[in-house]
Amino acid sequence: MASLKEMRDQIKSVQSTQKITRAMQMVAAAKMRRATEAAQNARPYAQRMATVIANLAAGVSGDGAPKLLVGTGRQDRHLVVVTSSDRGLAGGFNSSIIRAARDRINALLAEGKDVKILTVGKKARDQLRRLFADRFVASFEAGVPGLASAQPVADKISELFEAGQVDVVTLAFSRYKSVVVQTPTLTQLIPAQVEGAAATIDLKGAAYEYEPDEEAILETLLPRNLTVQVLSALLENQAGFYAAQMAAMDNATRNAGDMIAALNLKKNRTRQAQITKELIEIISGAEAL
Amino acid sequence: MAGKLHFSLVSPERELFSGEVDQVDAPGTEGDFGVLAGHAPFMTTLKSGRVKVMDGGRVLAFDVEGGFADVTPEGLTILAEQAVEAAV
Repeated sequence: MASLKEMRDQIKSVQSTQKITRAMQMVAAAKMRRATEAAQNARPYAQRMATVIANLAAGVSGDGAPKLLVGTGRQDRHLVVVTSSDRGLAGGFNSSIIRAARDRINALLAEGKDVKILTVGKKARDQLRRLFADRFVASFEAGVPGLASAQPVADKISELFEAGQVDVVTLAFSRYKSVVVQTPTLTQLIPAQVEGAAATIDLKGAAYEYEPDEEAILETLLPRNLTVQVLSALLENQAGFYAAQMAAMDNATRNAGDMIAALNLKKNRTRQAQITKELIEIISGAEAL
Repeated sequence: MAGKLHFSLVSPERELFSGEVDQVDAPGTEGDFGVLAGHAPFMTTLKSGRVKVMDGGRVLAFDVEGGFADVTPEGLTILAEQAVEAAV
């Protein structure tokens, strides 16, 4: 049986762990509020962008349509963009994104497709590199989500696409549903997916006028859309990450509390047993006289 | 004046303005233009410049840098790459 001193040390150690997890939980809660706000503020732009593109896409067809919208006409070479956080201690947050991405990659490989991987965030990089090191084309750090961090990613994607190295681009990230629910999501970036629901703006019979022409607008708008989609994925991830971290740290704090209670009980029992033993020794010593 | 125009100005970071107004002037790449309620469907890219929002006697201004304007029967939406509220 552990001595009293050992038990006291153990309790102290668990208590300091609990202090850390509690502090991390509070920091994550504060950061989550800000990250959620940022993610929600970015949503109108992304939604409007989708509507505008849907409207345009309805009017453009045939050979003149930009490749970013209609694709290269092939489905053989895939690029999977996986976004995660840079840090851990957030429960299953990163693993669930990575698992979803890995399943997709394996499925594509099983179909005999060529797959390339681009990662954003250290966690995705570290875990996927172990499995698919030879398929990496680039990796970025997640850092602070913003246009400045989304732009290089989008640039790299369009560079690969323009160079004709990939046909289909898929983005994996975690959609922030609520504090407790973050869903790993895979969306197709190229060819751009036109959401059916967004496409129904009634022009009431009037014809759209474009300045400059439709294709010129699409050509500036589509790369822009790429950046915006990457940005919103990063923002959603950030919000989800802090929510997951908050939940994980809340659990850890509670577990530490349970552990401290159990150890305290054990410590007190040991202490009492020791006192009883000492009393018995004194009494039987006195009786012997 | 025929009704009000629904106008919203959004940048990737946030929605700067959303509401009913009388008129909006914006800097299109092929010339500045003004939009009133009931404008024909119209879409253009924007150059850097000032977007002026007029509602009653109230005038608001935003400095935008690039982006798109989209006029539909539902109103005017400006997707700016960067936008800040400016003094009139």
